[in-house]
Amino acid sequence: MNKISLGEKIRYNLRLAKKNYDCYLFLLPFGILFAAFVVMPVAISIFFGFTDFNLLEMPELVGLKNYQKLFVDDEIFTIAFRNTIIIALVVGPIGYLASLLIAWQINELNNVLRAVMVTIMYAPSISGGAYTIWQYIFSNDSYGYINSVLISLGVIKKPVQFLSDTEWMLPIVIIVMIWMSLGAGFLSFVAGLKTIDKSFYEAGYIEGIKSRWQELWFITLPTMKPQLMFGAVMSITATFSAGAVGTQLFGSPSTDYAAHTIINHLEDYGNTRFEMGYACAIATVLFALMIICNELIKRLLNRVGT
Amino acid sequence: MKKTTEKKVKRISRAGLARSVGGNAVNFIFLCIIAAFMALPLLYVISNAFKPMDEIFVYPPRLYVINPTLSNFKNLSSLMSQSWIPFSRYIFNSVFVTAISTFLQIIFASMAAYVLEKREFPGKRIFFGTVVISLMFTATVTAIPNYIIMNSLNMVNTYFALILPAAASSMGLYLMKQFIATSVPTVILEAARVDGASEMRIFWQIVMPLVKPAWLTLIIFSFQSIWSTTGNGYIYTETLKPLNYALSQVVSGGVARTGSAAAVAFIMLLPPLVVFIVSQSNILNTMASSGIKE
Repeated sequence: MNKISLGEKIRYNLRLAKKNYDCYLFLLPFGILFAAFVVMPVAISIFFGFTDFNLLEMPELVGLKNYQKLFVDDEIFTIAFRNTIIIALVVGPIGYLASLLIAWQINELNNVLRAVMVTIMYAPSISGGAYTIWQYIFSNDSYGYINSVLISLGVIKKPVQFLSDTEWMLPIVIIVMIWMSLGAGFLSFVAGLKTIDKSFYEAGYIEGIKSRWQELWFITLPTMKPQLMFGAVMSITATFSAGAVGTQLFGSPSTDYAAHTIINHLEDYGNTRFEMGYACAIATVLFALMIICNELIKRLLNRVGT
Repeated sequence: MKKTTEKKVKRISRAGLARSVGGNAVNFIFLCIIAAFMALPLLYVISNAFKPMDEIFVYPPRLYVINPTLSNFKNLSSLMSQSWIPFSRYIFNSVFVTAISTFLQIIFASMAAYVLEKREFPGKRIFFGTVVISLMFTATVTAIPNYIIMNSLNMVNTYFALILPAAASSMGLYLMKQFIATSVPTVILEAARVDGASEMRIFWQIVMPLVKPAWLTLIIFSFQSIWSTTGNGYIYTETLKPLNYALSQVVSGGVARTGSAAAVAFIMLLPPLVVFIVSQSNILNTMASSGIKE
């Protein structure tokens, strides 16, 4: 094996870049916007996370003070962090597995039924603000759907204070988010399953695959690993950016911060208090969480089908 | 031995693999239960929008409507006409922002996707790797640091604050690149190059027409995300705010506005749903190539 020296590599890349300079021109318009509104925010968060900054005065470097405050002094952040992790650990896996199982079952249906089912399952995630309907479903008085059903069944005598009882807030956010969790990842699964080559299954059957579960684990899942990865990214996106559902149902901040998430905390410091340095530190923590989670899922998915 | 295998294969193509009637039935029931959980709240949204006041407050609450009426929508429109900014202005804002940002995104994302997929140049792997990671960093997550950037570019409180970040969505570029990989044959591009076509011409006359199916998917995704923005934080001037903001103001009006709020929820739900139903097969076509390959 002849090793290529670093100098040669650089020279080769420069030649390649010069020859294909027009590629960079094609990349430029998107690249500028992408750099300004996606890459820069992350870079800026990391930098301003080490400063004290209120948008009016020059930012002042304060070292790790923001992070110290976040993890040591800010009890509300501890709650927000805990809630976000709980939401991610419950909604993430449930939504992900549900997407997969439902897509898998839908794939067995005929075309018309499949189209209807896909629409019903996907509808909640694109319903815009329609999830406010859960406010009526969980309403505190006996006019609430759940309360009225439970009372008429004789399970409870007095309506449960779903929307004011802090015990219920996080579970309700989780239920609503699971309801909305069949999003782009789900579509990717449905589409991916549809395109798997039938001959794989025939070969697998001859090799001795006995049940549909074996078929799923040994043939279907390994074949659609790319879609599984995409679905994972989508579900990380959805769960870690949780916040709007709680705000909509319980107001912001929710009583005793029972449904407070990292995003709510970020908005509180960024939009209301204008403590941008601190807000950026919070954002940095969120980015780090997402990337770590993504890495873990990647490792997990590499074990599928073995 | 050979015969039994043939028999098996025949059975496969007819009845699917390793499937039992009982198993199929259980699965279908499982699907129906989940479908009910997904659909009931939405049915509730739809029926509420058409309920007269006395039915909205009836006890016990009903999922269906007995005397459907349009009075909620009439109330909503008279409520909207009282506001000092005409309702049409909010609609214009939403449509304008969606149209411009989607247009920019389709052109820019397709150009970038084309060279990322079909050309070789240093730095492309790093660039695309960054795009894949950034799929996680949606507008909600980057909103605050983005505000600092907008502020320093003097774009707070202008249409740009809504248009430009939406045009830079990494999801659009990502889907477009994966779609080009499966639906634009490299042979055609090479043939065009041999015939002396410029890269610009190849892009506009060969690549763009071939990726048309993916346009619609991009349009729908960006429509969905813009449809649900309120522009809070970036936009202060009332005349620049999108429709969703105006509608969400109605909802926060309390018990007296319950009827109008139900109409609002219906209006918010309908367009994304109809658009999806109409374009479902196209979207699934695009999503078939959406997987992350390493």
